[in-house]
Amino acid sequence: MDIQRVIFIVISMVFINNFILSKFLGLCPFLGVSKETKSALQMGYAVIFVMTLSAVITWLVYRFILIPFHLEYLRTISFILVIAAFVQFIEMFIQKTSPALYRALGIYLPLITTNCAVLGVTVLNINDFFKGSVPIKASFMLATLQAFFAGIGFTLALLLMSGIRERLDLVDIPESLKGIPIAFIIASLMSLAFMGFIGFKP
Amino acid sequence: MKKLFQEFKKGITVENPTFGLVLGLCPTLAVSTTVINAIGMGIAATFVLLGSNIIISFIKNMIPREIRLPSFIVVIATFVTIVELVMKAYFPALGKSLGIFVPLIVVNCIIMGRAEAFASKNKVLPSILDALGMGIGFTMALIVVASIREILGSGTFLGRPLLKGFEPMLIFVLAPGALLTLGVLIGITNFCKLKKKTTCKA
Repeated sequence: MDIQRVIFIVISMVFINNFILSKFLGLCPFLGVSKETKSALQMGYAVIFVMTLSAVITWLVYRFILIPFHLEYLRTISFILVIAAFVQFIEMFIQKTSPALYRALGIYLPLITTNCAVLGVTVLNINDFFKGSVPIKASFMLATLQAFFAGIGFTLALLLMSGIRERLDLVDIPESLKGIPIAFIIASLMSLAFMGFIGFKP
Repeated sequence: MKKLFQEFKKGITVENPTFGLVLGLCPTLAVSTTVINAIGMGIAATFVLLGSNIIISFIKNMIPREIRLPSFIVVIATFVTIVELVMKAYFPALGKSLGIFVPLIVVNCIIMGRAEAFASKNKVLPSILDALGMGIGFTMALIVVASIREILGSGTFLGRPLLKGFEPMLIFVLAPGALLTLGVLIGITNFCKLKKKTTCKA
């Protein structure tokens, strides 16, 4: 695995193709959980964790179950089921082992199942790192890395947004723009700033 | 009869999924670069919504309460797979430009939301009308956003050039334009709601 490819994936996933600001994946939690920094950060951790592990599991499912049995068309169904079951499992596991962590992440975990960023990254991995039904070189490592850094990019955008929205509470804005509309307009400006990173492309 | 019509109408006007309930935003933003894409996405989502609402309202009494969400996901994912395969076979160009947002219909909050909030509590006929209303409302919202973005961003409508000597604003085709358009549109909707209680065509 060449180091150039890895660096490209890192920069691309965190900045250029930021999941929220340029691919529009995971907007619901972006608007829902960005009201304060603390919960935004916790949501971010939960997303990074679930995204990375779901990418690992779905890669294995696709490579060792769907491809050998020629069931590639069941990709969507099997992936969403795997993710849903996995999130449920983590929830039960954390509840038993670490009640403090459960209180912190608890309410966000079920939300992650319907987060399109998680399903998005797994589908993207399959599109990017499989040629037909043959995995490319170092496919597994690249898929895991891509998912991990997509999660980092997600958390970054969420954290920036929550910082801005905390300040926004004190500002006098028109009644009809309060809440979601102003959040969209801010996201638009942030996305404009992130577009500056496009120049990084090799 | 009047009540049935009410179920149909509410999805288009008061409870419009995009502008009223603010659900299903990821596809709204991502595929609204051209009107054709918007129509394709709207029809695909309406089909999935209709199919899943019908099936779920049929089998609602057979599903134990604890596992209702996974069961809904399986039903929805089945219809999404149908859409995926049909699109690949008959509309490959459209399928390509919608990209990963076709499998991502599974996690569209509108569909899950209607299954949970409406189809699992109502008979088949109201569920069909609810699905049609919501689907048409979603499609119309998509077309509105896409028209603004296509006209301003590339100076065309449905692929045909509109205005002579109009320099298209590229920003509207890119990510920031999408966020800005939706933010302002929701703002206008809120403004109308505040101005008068009667329905407003935004």
